[in-house]
Amino acid sequence: MTTTSLTSSRGAGRAGDKVFSGAALAAGCLILAVLFGVALFLLIQALPAFTAPASDIQGGKGFFAYIWPIVIGTLIAAVIALVIATPVAIGVALFISHYAPRQLASGLGYVIDLLAAIPSVIYGAWGAAFLASQISPAYDWLADNMGWLPIFQGPASATGKTILTAGIVLSVMVLPIITSLAREIFLQTPKLHEEAALALGATRWEMIKMAVLPFARPGIISAVMLGLGRALGETMAVALVLSSGALTASLIQSGNQTIAAEIALNFPEASGLKVNTLIAAGLILFVITLAVNMVARWIISRHKEFSGAN
Amino acid sequence: MSKRIDVKDLNVYYGNFLAVEDVSINIEAKSVTAFIGPSGCGKSTFLRTLNRMHEVLPGARVEGEVLLDGDNLYGPGVDPVTVRSQIGMVFQRPNPFPTMSIRDNVLAGVKLNNQKMSKGEADALVERSLQGANLWNEVKDRLEKPGSGLSGGQQQRLCIARAIAVEPQVILMDEPCSALDPISTLAVEDLINELKDQYTVVIVTHNMQQAARVSDRTAFFNIAGTGKPGKLIEFAETSTIFNNPSQKATEDYVSGRFG
Repeated sequence: MTTTSLTSSRGAGRAGDKVFSGAALAAGCLILAVLFGVALFLLIQALPAFTAPASDIQGGKGFFAYIWPIVIGTLIAAVIALVIATPVAIGVALFISHYAPRQLASGLGYVIDLLAAIPSVIYGAWGAAFLASQISPAYDWLADNMGWLPIFQGPASATGKTILTAGIVLSVMVLPIITSLAREIFLQTPKLHEEAALALGATRWEMIKMAVLPFARPGIISAVMLGLGRALGETMAVALVLSSGALTASLIQSGNQTIAAEIALNFPEASGLKVNTLIAAGLILFVITLAVNMVARWIISRHKEFSGAN
Repeated sequence: MSKRIDVKDLNVYYGNFLAVEDVSINIEAKSVTAFIGPSGCGKSTFLRTLNRMHEVLPGARVEGEVLLDGDNLYGPGVDPVTVRSQIGMVFQRPNPFPTMSIRDNVLAGVKLNNQKMSKGEADALVERSLQGANLWNEVKDRLEKPGSGLSGGQQQRLCIARAIAVEPQVILMDEPCSALDPISTLAVEDLINELKDQYTVVIVTHNMQQAARVSDRTAFFNIAGTGKPGKLIEFAETSTIFNNPSQKATEDYVSGRFG
């Protein structure tokens, strides 16, 4: 035994370590660089739209007047999608993880995952060609019976190509994302905690309320935020389904527009300042998505102490 | 507030696999009964049949009768949820709900019964249960903190407090000290001695000294070999099992010749 064994090292192992840590560092930096590059591109290209005289912007009243209706439209479509998709997704995920017999559960999980594999243009075509016409009688009914609510104010769109239809199509599109994440999280609930609840005399639903849902809460929020990201950025389905127009409170009239669809529909023929305006709209969408993610992280971290991670 | 358990000819299955064969045993009220035996002999499996927790696992089932003061737990129309609210359980690893405060953990079982409780009543119950689990003095200043922040031994006593808060007839303990250090183990054993004044306690343990220290009667389970069902070999006063067992296998086990 010699004392040199402490200082000498196996050359090859060290080199491997260095290569690996270097590659990992490079990959990490690359992500940051791409993100920074995109942000920078958006900022530089958008700047002319912010500084241009108001009369040059589409609509003639400045960038703010142009952007805020479609920001609201984007949020309305995304909120409709989440309000519909979240409860359904959690229900389906719970059914798969805790209620269904094992074979049915795996089959159903597979089908739900398949929903995510359908291209968004197909969803758009389905929404525009089938769902919109099928659902318009329901809109008539809503206009007749719930018309006193501003959101259901008539006259309902005869084609059914409204922001509500677009929201419903979006909800189907985000459903598999939320479902498959929620299912994975529900399955990770420690058996220990489920048994603790059952041993106290909990029914299956009480056990889910006591052990599964609290444990899964941060995961559900993340899943919903991922779904929201998709709903905010989804372009094709909205562009095909929605017959766009000015901002209206009513969800069952044609009108409203989302940022992503606005960009997609106008970009091919845009030139000059119009391009800058559309890129600025993209920048706004980027900021909204970023803000949504930060709020989600904040919500999750607020209850860190009780998360079960300690 | 405590009932006896009589088990008649109980066979316990996982699917088609017979895990525990033909157990008949009478567990007295207000006493501590210990189950000992080598690993895999089915003592934990058998314990979980006493509050119908066994059947939570897919394919698990039993044949035979478990009578709680004469009422068959496996009779037709018996709701396992009701059974479990009467027969509490403490698990091998402490499992307080991590998302709940200490106070809410204690009240978790009571809230299930949908009883509307005033804050005063709830506070009194929390204090009574935590006193009963010898934990009150250690946590009374941090009842709103998460239960998962306690030490392992404290967490296990919190689980015991949670179990006794619903005032069960029987408390089952599945190796409650196996994840605890000696000081915490001592605290839980002291607690078991106090619990038997009010409750019927059944405890599974790997630790023969523990069985000797805490139990009034001891059941020895054994297994003939891998894949064979576990069986109840001998059931008697604890002093008899450890000093003067009637079966050779029991004597070999308690004297440390195997297992």
